[in-house]
Amino acid sequence: MSETAVAVEHHADHAHDHHGSEGFLSKYVFSTDHKMIAMQYLFTGMGMAVIGGFMAYVFRMQLAFPGISVPGFGQVSPGEYNALVTNHGSIMIFWVAMPVLIAAFGNYCIPLMIGADDMVFPRINRLSYQIFLLSAVILLLSLFVQGGGFGGAWTAYPPLSAVGDYNQTSLGASMWLVAVALEFVAFLLGGINFITTLMNSRAPGMKAYDIPLVCWMIVIASILFMLSVGPLIAGAVMLLFDQTIGTGFYDPARGGDPILWQHLFWFFGHPEVYVVLLPAIGITIDIIATFARKKVFGYKMMLYTTVATGVLSFFVWAHHQFLAGIDPRMANVFTVTTLLISIPIAELCFVIIATLYGGSIRLTTPMLWALAFMAEFLIGGVTGIFLGASGADIYFHDTYFVLAHFHYTFYPIAIIGTFAAFTYWFPKMFGKMMNDTLGKIHFWGTIIPFNVIFIPLFVLGMGGQHRRIYNYEHFPELAGEGMYQLRELATYALLVMLAFQLVFFYNCIASWMRGKKAGKNPWESNTLEWTTESPPPHGNWPEGLPNVYRGPYEYAHPDREQDYWPQNEPA
Amino acid sequence: MSESVAIPLQHRPEPVRPKPLLSNGVLGMMIFIFTEVMIFAGFISAHAVVRSQAAGQMWPPFGQPRLPVQETALNTAALLVSGLVLVVAWFAFRKERSRARIPLLLSILLGTFFVYFQGLEWVALLGEGLTIQSSSYGGFFYLIVGTHAIHAVAALIALIWAGVRLNQGRLTGSELATVSAFWYFVVLVWPVLYIKVYL
Repeated sequence: MSETAVAVEHHADHAHDHHGSEGFLSKYVFSTDHKMIAMQYLFTGMGMAVIGGFMAYVFRMQLAFPGISVPGFGQVSPGEYNALVTNHGSIMIFWVAMPVLIAAFGNYCIPLMIGADDMVFPRINRLSYQIFLLSAVILLLSLFVQGGGFGGAWTAYPPLSAVGDYNQTSLGASMWLVAVALEFVAFLLGGINFITTLMNSRAPGMKAYDIPLVCWMIVIASILFMLSVGPLIAGAVMLLFDQTIGTGFYDPARGGDPILWQHLFWFFGHPEVYVVLLPAIGITIDIIATFARKKVFGYKMMLYTTVATGVLSFFVWAHHQFLAGIDPRMANVFTVTTLLISIPIAELCFVIIATLYGGSIRLTTPMLWALAFMAEFLIGGVTGIFLGASGADIYFHDTYFVLAHFHYTFYPIAIIGTFAAFTYWFPKMFGKMMNDTLGKIHFWGTIIPFNVIFIPLFVLGMGGQHRRIYNYEHFPELAGEGMYQLRELATYALLVMLAFQLVFFYNCIASWMRGKKAGKNPWESNTLEWTTESPPPHGNWPEGLPNVYRGPYEYAHPDREQDYWPQNEPA
Repeated sequence: MSESVAIPLQHRPEPVRPKPLLSNGVLGMMIFIFTEVMIFAGFISAHAVVRSQAAGQMWPPFGQPRLPVQETALNTAALLVSGLVLVVAWFAFRKERSRARIPLLLSILLGTFFVYFQGLEWVALLGEGLTIQSSSYGGFFYLIVGTHAIHAVAALIALIWAGVRLNQGRLTGSELATVSAFWYFVVLVWPVLYIKVYL
């Protein structure tokens, strides 16, 4: 590769840099600026979260008060119930957790934190968001087509998902699959951008171990996604052909194999958990280092542990299939690998606890969210041990115990992690401080109901409550008084939690309109995004990109008066 | 933290921006190719699973036509030669840009030959009653070979684009390397598919 060629290409990639007056469309809709694309992802993701939350509200009402006419929705039919739970799961994972944690904060943070003026492929970045938006529109439209939305669970196991006569929603099922496939294309394009940007356009002086952990985590998550999504795309094409043109890849009567889909799906599906977990852990560790005013304990260990987690995550997928008829000897192997993966995750937790130890902790709103992430995710991790052991899983399989377990992992990731990141970077994004009191009210109003929703569900699961049931009245052993009290408790807690989100929306709008000016570095943090204006202008550092002299976590250095030491300040 | 007082201030040389190991285009394309490799790995493993469970170990199943192994071997050879010629084009480009024209054109022609005769083969097989619905054998054949054909056509379009830019004298080394990387992927994944699907 000749040097001139690199220079020419770099110039071509930034041909979009047309400063000055921009129309509304080119600034807000067809922008190639990474910060604007991040905002587009963030607000689309939050809009989808509202829709997903509304779905949860409707089916929780049905579960606690069967047959009730749900305010704002009406009576829930069994088909609608299936469509609601399926699309709630799909939306929360593919249209909330991934766009917000990876695409929004990845797009916002990576160029700003590594000192670049934009992503290396800005137009691919724009295309990525447009495809994502299209996928979201197709998913939402699929809820209103003839037959209703797809109701075969977000895992879409054939033959239920493949045969229109079984699922009764042949059009909805195909649209759901197309939407998921388009969403993957969007993240493929985004991931290529993240990895290439991190490798090739770091600020001068920024070595591999000077990159903030959140950037590493988002990039490692993107690599995991790239490596795991291929088999699922292959499987999804086969499923789509089974649905639409009548092939028999998953039809045993015609030589196919329905279990094949489960393998292809979970080969992606389990790394996917870590794809969304890693950015959330990265966000947490960055926030904790900033507000504990302490260097991250074991930066390299954290990084290597993350890589180990990523590698291991490719060898655990069959723990989703202990009851699908796999060989018990194979189940043993997957039990061992599943329990093994809790070791690096526990290591990450210890790194965070060791970072907190002896720090001078500032309990700001983002710090509360980061600490809550650790505490709640720990419960999710510990209950996972029961499910990873194939013996215990035979009892727990497809009960509310599983459901509560993965909500204790995904809720901290997708909701708590997002609130942590949002409240932390809000001053940078909008140039205003958020109201701390309202932030704390919202925090406690979210965390306490969250636990009150899901701890009863653990109990219900241990009592044998099966997941995919629309109305428990037909199951005498599940329709007892005690069971219903727990269900109602969970539903009331959900209503309280949803109500407290209004505080958050109010706080966002009020702080954005008339909050205190944030200044460049309100949290006294070290990383590069805090060295530019808030919000950063087009090109991020108009007076020239920063140089980097040290690692990102040099807090409380004994030889300095200030307890922080920005990465770009010469020694 | 009194014991950490001894840490000296870090002094680093004045920072410089290092030359990237791979250009943006090549790196991005390589990441994309990793994903593509995993897609084909998914197809091939699904194919292997279904094949191993075929009724009576009959593969191809009873009543299904056999695939034209020899004709496709010739096609495979054409594709591999096309990849080699593209390597020649790359080295010619490094010496003097305009000398890459003929090998690049030759590579495109050989690639087009491959796609065209694979298409003829499909038409013949459809005539013999092998369709995507006729069995999982036919399904996998059209699925895997068809996916490869889509990639081959896309890569050929990219090569033609590179050829046009070369003619205009605007092609950069990074662009040629990026486009070639995709064609090498199309070339190198084919022998694996040939062995798994045809033999």
